[in-house]
Amino acid sequence: MAFVEIQNLSVAFGRSPALRGINLAVERGEAVGLVGESGCGKSITWLAALGLLPSLATVRGSVRIDGTEILGAPKARLEPVRGGRIAMIFQDPAASLNPVHRIGRQIGEALGLHRGMTGERAKAEVIRLMDQVGIPDAKNRINAYPHELSGGQNQRVMIAMALAGQPELLVADEPTTALDVTIQAQILDLLTTLRRDTGMALVLISHDLGVVSETCSRIAVMYAGRIVEEAPSGQIFTHPNHPYTRGLMGALPPLSGARHRLVAIPGSVPEAAQMPQGCAFAPRCSAATGRCTEVDPVPLPLTQDHSAACIHARPYAQAGQPLHHHAATTRERAMQ
Amino acid sequence: MLHYLLSRLLRAAVSIIMVVTFVFVVLRMSGDPAMVIMGADAPPEAIDAFRKAWGLDQPLWIQYFSFFEAIFSGELGRSMRDGRDVLSVVLERVPSTLALTVPAFLVNLVVGVPAGVYAALHRNSLIDRCVMVMAVTGFAVPSFILAMLLVLIFSVNLGWLPSAGQDSWLNAILPIATMGFGGAALLARFTRSAMLEVLGQPYIRTASAKGLPWSAVVWRHALQNAAIPTITIIGFMLGGLVAGAVVVESVFSWPGVGRLLVISVANRDLGVVQAIVLMIAITMVAANMIVDVLYGLVDPRMHGQARPARR
Amino acid sequence: MNAGTADLLEARDLARSYTVRRGLLGRPTLVRAVDGVSLTVARGETLGLVGESGCGKSTTARLVLGIEPTDTGSVTFDGGAMPRSGTAAWAHLRRRMQMVYQDPLAALDRRLTVGVQIAEPLDIHRIGTAAEREERVAAVMAEVGLQPHHAARHPQSLSGGQRQRAVIARALVTNPELLVCDEPISALDVSIQALVLNLLGDLQERLKMGMLFVSHDLRAVRQISQRVAVMYLGRIVEEGDPDAVLHDPAHPYTQALVSAIPHPGKTTTRVILQGDPPNPANRPTGCAFHPRCPVATPTCRTQAPELKPRRSDGRRVACHVAHGEAAAARAPASLETC
Repeated sequence: MAFVEIQNLSVAFGRSPALRGINLAVERGEAVGLVGESGCGKSITWLAALGLLPSLATVRGSVRIDGTEILGAPKARLEPVRGGRIAMIFQDPAASLNPVHRIGRQIGEALGLHRGMTGERAKAEVIRLMDQVGIPDAKNRINAYPHELSGGQNQRVMIAMALAGQPELLVADEPTTALDVTIQAQILDLLTTLRRDTGMALVLISHDLGVVSETCSRIAVMYAGRIVEEAPSGQIFTHPNHPYTRGLMGALPPLSGARHRLVAIPGSVPEAAQMPQGCAFAPRCSAATGRCTEVDPVPLPLTQDHSAACIHARPYAQAGQPLHHHAATTRERAMQ
Repeated sequence: MLHYLLSRLLRAAVSIIMVVTFVFVVLRMSGDPAMVIMGADAPPEAIDAFRKAWGLDQPLWIQYFSFFEAIFSGELGRSMRDGRDVLSVVLERVPSTLALTVPAFLVNLVVGVPAGVYAALHRNSLIDRCVMVMAVTGFAVPSFILAMLLVLIFSVNLGWLPSAGQDSWLNAILPIATMGFGGAALLARFTRSAMLEVLGQPYIRTASAKGLPWSAVVWRHALQNAAIPTITIIGFMLGGLVAGAVVVESVFSWPGVGRLLVISVANRDLGVVQAIVLMIAITMVAANMIVDVLYGLVDPRMHGQARPARR
Repeated sequence: MNAGTADLLEARDLARSYTVRRGLLGRPTLVRAVDGVSLTVARGETLGLVGESGCGKSTTARLVLGIEPTDTGSVTFDGGAMPRSGTAAWAHLRRRMQMVYQDPLAALDRRLTVGVQIAEPLDIHRIGTAAEREERVAAVMAEVGLQPHHAARHPQSLSGGQRQRAVIARALVTNPELLVCDEPISALDVSIQALVLNLLGDLQERLKMGMLFVSHDLRAVRQISQRVAVMYLGRIVEEGDPDAVLHDPAHPYTQALVSAIPHPGKTTTRVILQGDPPNPANRPTGCAFHPRCPVATPTCRTQAPELKPRRSDGRRVACHVAHGEAAAARAPASLETC
């Protein structure tokens, strides 16, 4: 059984759907990347899973941790999960830390909650955590306020705070978007090291395919509230199947080789309140056919661990593996 | 922190000097005190003698400097009306005023802040809407109208409470209610919007994501941050307490500093007016100082830095 | 660079400092945002200016346009000295050099229609009759790929890509010879970034403008520039052909910057810089990069390196080690070419 199993998760704000049925499983110790442009629902997925959305959001579906349902669970069951089993860090580290509390106190708070540590023991553990995430001079920095630290250091504080509860999964929501490139490299390196050392699973949410591909072993591409393609990192780059994934890769300026015109995706993301009929990507898709505006595509397995929600996607043979026959039959069913 | 305090003190001193100058100029420009006090038909010799006695025959700038000299030596002069020492005339009224303003201020805090916090936490609920309606009413209705309404209801119609004088503690209830309601309404509105602003901040989401129960998120993370803008408003209210008593004391014939000010202005009793205005100015400046110090305590970002522009 | 033709824009030794005072009685500190930057842009050429936040690249962009006065140094535009900021001559020259900003929604006025805002520079510079202005606006809108009906729309009813097109149209309406783009794509989604990069490339090729492209994104800079200059703490530390700089960076900072670019499928180890981006208010002695530099030598701590051509291949770089003037403390980490 997967550690976290999200099934058919949907979220709506009033009449506007933000998530339209997400299915995603995270295994223990695994690193999964969630990629997509702004508004695709990649952050909302995890805020909804942990019950962190405002009350006006309608959340449906199922989120199980080790088989236990947490969606709509009472507070007593949800609060130990938050920070204790699944921790989250966010995009803007400076704004995500309380400006009027010392960082040591903010880290220590999580220790008290999830590990019952207080006083000197907690302080010693805070210092150890700060050392672990690479904050120099932790003994003194424990008394610093967030505004006295740089953006990169604040993100390290956020990570230390997340580690305090010894979570089994860390969800990092655009953790480097607000940071400079060289600092981004530091933070990604840190996340990888921590995952290796602690064995926790990682969900990395990013708009940057490059960022997730280096850090994660499996990638899910999201568009307009759905996962449109899911595959191991390597395969998604060698065999991108959904036109949106191909579009994202074509839009990225290459670092070497001849400079050619970028393949931009025309148009813009559909408004949540006005989802097109059929495939949500069809209006922007260069490969769209008449059927695309009629059939709402479901994810089709292309190989054992690669699936795409596109009626034109075709199973392919991987080196050392036969063509995924099962895929073809599933497709036929989906077409009915 | 020392730098911070010093610069605040400097600013306070400058403010006081400016207020004193302003008072001096306005009072001298708004009519001849000798004429008012002696009566327009008084013999000219008498008026001249009065002017001489009070130094009003001196050039303005000499009056100005002796005014300052007097203030800094604690010599605020004598009441032109009855020749008593101005300071004691004013100070004997202070307890009366405090008897209204201190309870009213407590009502402001005790009612306004929790109402605002509650309304923000239960946004769009029935109670939130009630609080907002009360807040807007309290904000829109001038205190003298509210005072007269209360008198109509509780004194004239119901006959429960006295409408004027200072005979018993019952007399204080309506004035306190008047001042308390207006301030509480203002404070509730500001506290609510400050709280809503804070509750939308990413660090609140972080605190929830950490696994803190909602009550702890509010107590430990939201309140202190919402206090930062709220303190500014409380400071303004604290500074405006004496000034606010002017209207209410007049309506309820409460023998406090505010009523004394009204009477003294009508009588052109310069010394008393100056003393009271100076006192109001000092309370305002002092309230500002307190706000600045509280800011420094509540918000670590303030240490050694200029406070951001208000509002 | 461009032998024969004079450069369109030449900036020499630009410097700009700010005094920052903390509190009423605080001691003022001098922050050198730009500290001796020289650059040239030829007609039809794009110079990419890269660096991290606080390196002074945006200030440099404002300095070359005269939007902000320089403390020292000079700017020459089309062979003539740049008039002082705010003068009539400067305002007149501004129509020949325009700027594209980072956030299109912030750069546009929500209350005015896009058409009115695109026409604005024509109104300001009193160019043409009303009919001619209308014609010009329609032409420039077509050029950037906006539909005629977009003219009547307000910015907030356009998509992110359309907004940035409107900002570019406004910049182009006076037929400028120089276009300065300050982080023009960093507020946009990836798919929209591609649209804007394509558009800027096409326009420049067609209109033969000179372009200064300021960005933190080396990929975008390579895509659009013929030359790239890397800035660190107010100075240019390396300058050259984009492919040469990206594939064989000479300065240790550029090496780290290049290796930090996240890249699909990249598995090789990267150079991870220690420490935070430096604070311009507290500039290290000698080479400003030395506290974070993996190959710093004692010389680097005391002597500021000069930006000059490297003997081997003529690459302009400001680094003692790259010039072989100081032996590296240890060999620079080998870098893969991507």
